[in-house]
Amino acid sequence: MAAVNDNIKSYTGFKAITILCLVVLYAPLVIVTIYSFNASKSITNWEGLSLYWYYDIFAGPESAKWKEAAWNSFTIAIVAATMATSIATLAATAMVRGGKFKLRTASFGLISLPLMVPEIVLAVATLIFFNSIGFTRGYFSILVAHTAFCIPFAYLPIQARMQGIEDSFEQAAMDLYANKRQAFTKILLPLMMPGIISGFLLAFIVSLDDFIITNFVKGAGVETLPTAIFGSVKQGLKPNIMAISTLLLGVSVVMVTISYFVSKKDNTQ
Amino acid sequence: MPDEAFNMAQHHKDADMSPSSTAAIEVRDAVKRYGTFTALKRISLTIEDNEFFTLLGPSGCGKTTLLRMIAGFEDVTEGAIHLFGDPIADLPPHQRPVNTVFQNYALFPHMTILENVAFGLEMRGKSKSEARSKAGEMLELVQLSEFAKRKPSQLSGGQQQRVALARALAPQPKVLLLDEPLSALDLKLRKAMQLELKHLQRETGITFIFVTHDQEEALTMSDRIAVMSAGEMQQLGSPTDIYERPRNMFVADFIGETNLLEVSVDAIAGGRATCHLGGGHELTCNEVEGIGVGAKVHLSIRPERLFMSEEPAEGESLKGRIKENIFVGTDISTIVELAEGPDFIVRTSNSDRGNKRIFEPGTEMFVNMELGAGRLLID
Repeated sequence: MAAVNDNIKSYTGFKAITILCLVVLYAPLVIVTIYSFNASKSITNWEGLSLYWYYDIFAGPESAKWKEAAWNSFTIAIVAATMATSIATLAATAMVRGGKFKLRTASFGLISLPLMVPEIVLAVATLIFFNSIGFTRGYFSILVAHTAFCIPFAYLPIQARMQGIEDSFEQAAMDLYANKRQAFTKILLPLMMPGIISGFLLAFIVSLDDFIITNFVKGAGVETLPTAIFGSVKQGLKPNIMAISTLLLGVSVVMVTISYFVSKKDNTQ
Repeated sequence: MPDEAFNMAQHHKDADMSPSSTAAIEVRDAVKRYGTFTALKRISLTIEDNEFFTLLGPSGCGKTTLLRMIAGFEDVTEGAIHLFGDPIADLPPHQRPVNTVFQNYALFPHMTILENVAFGLEMRGKSKSEARSKAGEMLELVQLSEFAKRKPSQLSGGQQQRVALARALAPQPKVLLLDEPLSALDLKLRKAMQLELKHLQRETGITFIFVTHDQEEALTMSDRIAVMSAGEMQQLGSPTDIYERPRNMFVADFIGETNLLEVSVDAIAGGRATCHLGGGHELTCNEVEGIGVGAKVHLSIRPERLFMSEEPAEGESLKGRIKENIFVGTDISTIVELAEGPDFIVRTSNSDRGNKRIFEPGTEMFVNMELGAGRLLID
């Protein structure tokens, strides 16, 4: 009897589909990255290797605009991700450690619902809400909106992590004379840390790269990198866009890598 | 903070001169209900200072619930729990001077062994250096000093168990609670740890409350045992009491191996009850309060209290035939068929083979016992 061959490589069309997917996903990224080092002013003609467009972002005529957008993007991402992660940590603690309470399932649905609502709906809703309460559009409206929609992204890895932590650790801490706060800060929090870091990084990336909601709530004159890039592209595609995109891609890759290694580190065993 | 609570507790103790204040733990009419389910049905018991006390029962009997109520992880639905005379039922776990060894040890995975053992001391307000040096001493006591800097995951199960013990003993609790701490260890290690625990209890003089479902473990280690089932206390007594004089069917059946025979009591005289069992066989055993003439009850006879012979021996003798011999290492279990009566299991020590007290299957012989070897049981 022949052994059942469950090697996925032997499936019909495996190679073709894999290659197609990889090309569609990554070819544009590779091309953008390569062309960001192009010396040409054209975005399609290759005229040799150069760092000119990177120089252009940091010291060219538009550098002030890029720097401000980058500053806005990163400060908003850091603050929004921090706030979202704090809220998500408390929410996860209540959901996982709060025992059975009424509407527990409903609460979980409410926390993760924004992940399923089309972003444009969320954007319009947020804009209308801000208008109706008279919240002036600008840096802070972006910050609040980002904090809000980052919560579910931060929440999921934290909850997943917390479910893997037995409550006997906290009980042991309280048995050993730690009060509730000490049991939380000295035992639960350190054990949750990999989940919290993953949640933070995910929230950071989601905030950093958000366009739709930001574009709705940002108001005139305040730009983040995605909105600035979009504005610039509308006036014609220049190779400096590729340089910025490549830098953003680099940040994302670093974040995802850190997130991967942190979540792999299991300190509960 | 906890120290303050303890000092206050101390004051109470001095003021309260009731005799019960010397008991380590006194549980009064404790009831535990989860919704409509009653996990503990009005349990009362007193655990003396310096005692190795065991709560024994099958899973779901409420023994762990009771332990967790003493530790403070479960609240008491009704009743009271006193620790050296002071009510503790309303105190949160961190204000109770009792420590627990958890079934899965619950060692803090992100801390070293030394940090784990020092944790309780630090939480009770000891300085870091003081806590660490005391923790070091505790690790010496359980012979794990060389592992102080390792993480729990780098230790074997038996070593983790000893760390859990050291961690719980380090703050010098008034009572140590042990929740099936040996159940994850293999047989050999378990036997060794049983002795080690017993010695540790003697050395430290701390009251141990030990929860287990393993009756052999309970008999080996305990000063007294409370046998529990279905949220109720079935019997409380010394290991010998429980084993030799089981009060009811459940205890006789749960503790060790026994022959349970349906009998009816024909006559009672001079402290002895004469009973008959199926097939017209007659047996005499000690009278038990609450069982009168005409009662149809069960009689328990431990297999090792029976012996076989070709001729009837002094005492009680029943005629029967060997059905089967089962070799179990140190002993041989023999199933004996009484004429028209129930089957008996007779346990003979392996060393008795030389005395020819083991017979081939099919042999007609007598099963004998001393007067009073059987025990009448209340159902």
